[in-house]
Amino acid sequence: MSKNPMISIRNLYKIFGDTPDKMMELVRAGIGKEELLEAHGHVLGLQDINVDMQEGETTVVMGLSGSGKSTLIRHINRLIDPTAGEVLIQGDNVLEYDSDRLRAMRRSQMSMVFQHFALLPHRNVLENVALAPIVRGDPSESYDPEARHWLERVGLAGYEDHYPHQLSGGMQQRVGIARALTSNAPIMLMDEAFSALDPLIRTDMQDLLLELQNELAKTIVFISHDLDEALKLADHLVILKDGLVVQQDEPQHILLNPQDDYVVDFIADINRARVLRVRSIMDPISQDSFVGDVDQEASLEDVIALTGGDTSGMYRVTRAGAVVGQLDLKALVRALVRTKASDTRRAF
Amino acid sequence: MAFYDKLIESLGLADWCSNEASTGPVSMADLLKQTQGDDSAADTSFWDTPFPSLDELNAACSAIPKTRSVTDGVENSFLSIKDPLKTVLDPITQPLSWALDGSMWLFEALPWFVVIPIFLLVVYWATRSLALVGFVGVSFLFMAFIDHYLPAIQTLSIIFVCTSFSVVLGVPIGILMSRSRSMRRALVPILDMLQTLPTFVYLIPLIFLFSVTESKLYGIAIILYAIVPVIRLTDLGIRLVDKEVLEAAHAFGMTDRQKLFKVQIPLALPNIMAGVNQTIMMSLAMVVIASLVSAPGLGVLVLRGIRNLELGVGLVAGLGIVLLAVLLDRVTKAALARVNAAQKQQ
Repeated sequence: MSKNPMISIRNLYKIFGDTPDKMMELVRAGIGKEELLEAHGHVLGLQDINVDMQEGETTVVMGLSGSGKSTLIRHINRLIDPTAGEVLIQGDNVLEYDSDRLRAMRRSQMSMVFQHFALLPHRNVLENVALAPIVRGDPSESYDPEARHWLERVGLAGYEDHYPHQLSGGMQQRVGIARALTSNAPIMLMDEAFSALDPLIRTDMQDLLLELQNELAKTIVFISHDLDEALKLADHLVILKDGLVVQQDEPQHILLNPQDDYVVDFIADINRARVLRVRSIMDPISQDSFVGDVDQEASLEDVIALTGGDTSGMYRVTRAGAVVGQLDLKALVRALVRTKASDTRRAF
Repeated sequence: MAFYDKLIESLGLADWCSNEASTGPVSMADLLKQTQGDDSAADTSFWDTPFPSLDELNAACSAIPKTRSVTDGVENSFLSIKDPLKTVLDPITQPLSWALDGSMWLFEALPWFVVIPIFLLVVYWATRSLALVGFVGVSFLFMAFIDHYLPAIQTLSIIFVCTSFSVVLGVPIGILMSRSRSMRRALVPILDMLQTLPTFVYLIPLIFLFSVTESKLYGIAIILYAIVPVIRLTDLGIRLVDKEVLEAAHAFGMTDRQKLFKVQIPLALPNIMAGVNQTIMMSLAMVVIASLVSAPGLGVLVLRGIRNLELGVGLVAGLGIVLLAVLLDRVTKAALARVNAAQKQQ
């Protein structure tokens, strides 16, 4: 890829137990997760993780509980130290940082949003939002307008003097997001940030995040166990299972080319019409009679609504007005059928 | 003749016994035996076999020490370390004497019409409850009316000083405990011992170490007894701090000091306050027993009631202590509830 990775994780291993370094040799020699647990009482949390997270993109790491996704995100700001491997932030190996350097990085380079919000219950909303500058020791005149600005941006203007327990869950997480934004860090780590919220509020928060992301272009690492959420937010999707990366790619590509049965099962229940975009199933232009034009970012659902259920005919696909391909409605219907792992149909 | 004579002989220790005869103190049983010309041991039945204790073995072989020598040994070893211990402990604990005496002087020197309003103001500041202020006011006026004002104020002064010392010492110890596993492993047995040791037992070594005229004697006894809950609950409170909040503090780059003062202690405050409440209650319990070693206050009146069989004096003073306990408990609980309400989570 031509883009430059903001965060690179290289050959990362994490073993939980009393003597992880000794176990590391066994793992390198090829011992499995199950055998390591039964014979040696150590848990292989992550094995051989290699992920590049691009600047300005949202990378979603998804997997079921116990797949190691929360462990993985905590390696990025070193809340957890790996057993082996490297974590590079803009090419700098975080694992070589001493505690001062690490603290400086946490204060200026990255912020974090937590599943259960993790606000300070004894501080009011404004003080919570301004946590990062307060920790840095900035004078209150310099951060106060900033904190108020972000609080307003997440829709909580007027709640400055409330305490976290006076707010609903959704509002508390808005405070959590405002707190992360006030730190002005280029990287935002979000650990199951919306998982504890009601479905409707969750959708609101996802829209808020997308809107903010369009404007701010932060490097976001988002952890989720909800595939719909992952597909909605992700520029790059990493599927984790038992500490291993099963597949990572652009979400559309994963949907159309699942690598194995695990991924097939994973994506079996999602609404493909809503998630798949025209650009993923269009063909190079080869004829000149079209029923109409569609944008390449339109979802298949949009196209079906446009045709009124008629599956014959051909649409011209455009990007910002320029013609980029054609869409056969028969291909559209085929794309709605679940994909098997063995399918090798080209998607682009 | 003693029961184990034959055993000693069969082991071939008879010579050693007579050569090494110890000169322990003569026990009452020995004296009785001598006067009664005891010779019945030879035909003791199997059923009456005595346990081979030190005293029993000593009867057969005088080289073996008596139990009395063991308690003597404990006593002597304590007496031998007493002087060096005193030279170390005396200066360290001196501030406690000053604080107890100073506070006592201040409380006694101020007239009642100054002290009672001050108390009421403090109660209002801590609880913001007029009902409690009224209850405290009525209780004090009642105690003053039956001429128990002075002992009540003395008891309060002692509790005030001892609780302050307990908090100042106990909270840091609790913090250390919460941070280090080995520290906790070392301290928990000591705390268990302090809590279960009969209260009178504290007094015995203290009487040897310090003069009964020094107020720190009872101060130390009270603090040793009452400091335990504040240590335990500080430790508990800090360990119960939400892991995710602590992780957030970490993720936003807090230093250890920032984490302690901006996150851990504020979030542990409800538990610490509960510990302070317990500490106050326990020092109130101990202040009565401490009257045995010259602690002034209501305890002295209770003691007088027991010593002179003055039933009424003892009961009224006891009632006064109950009243103080209820007051202190309600006031600290109300203050605790305010702290809780301010930081209740979801």
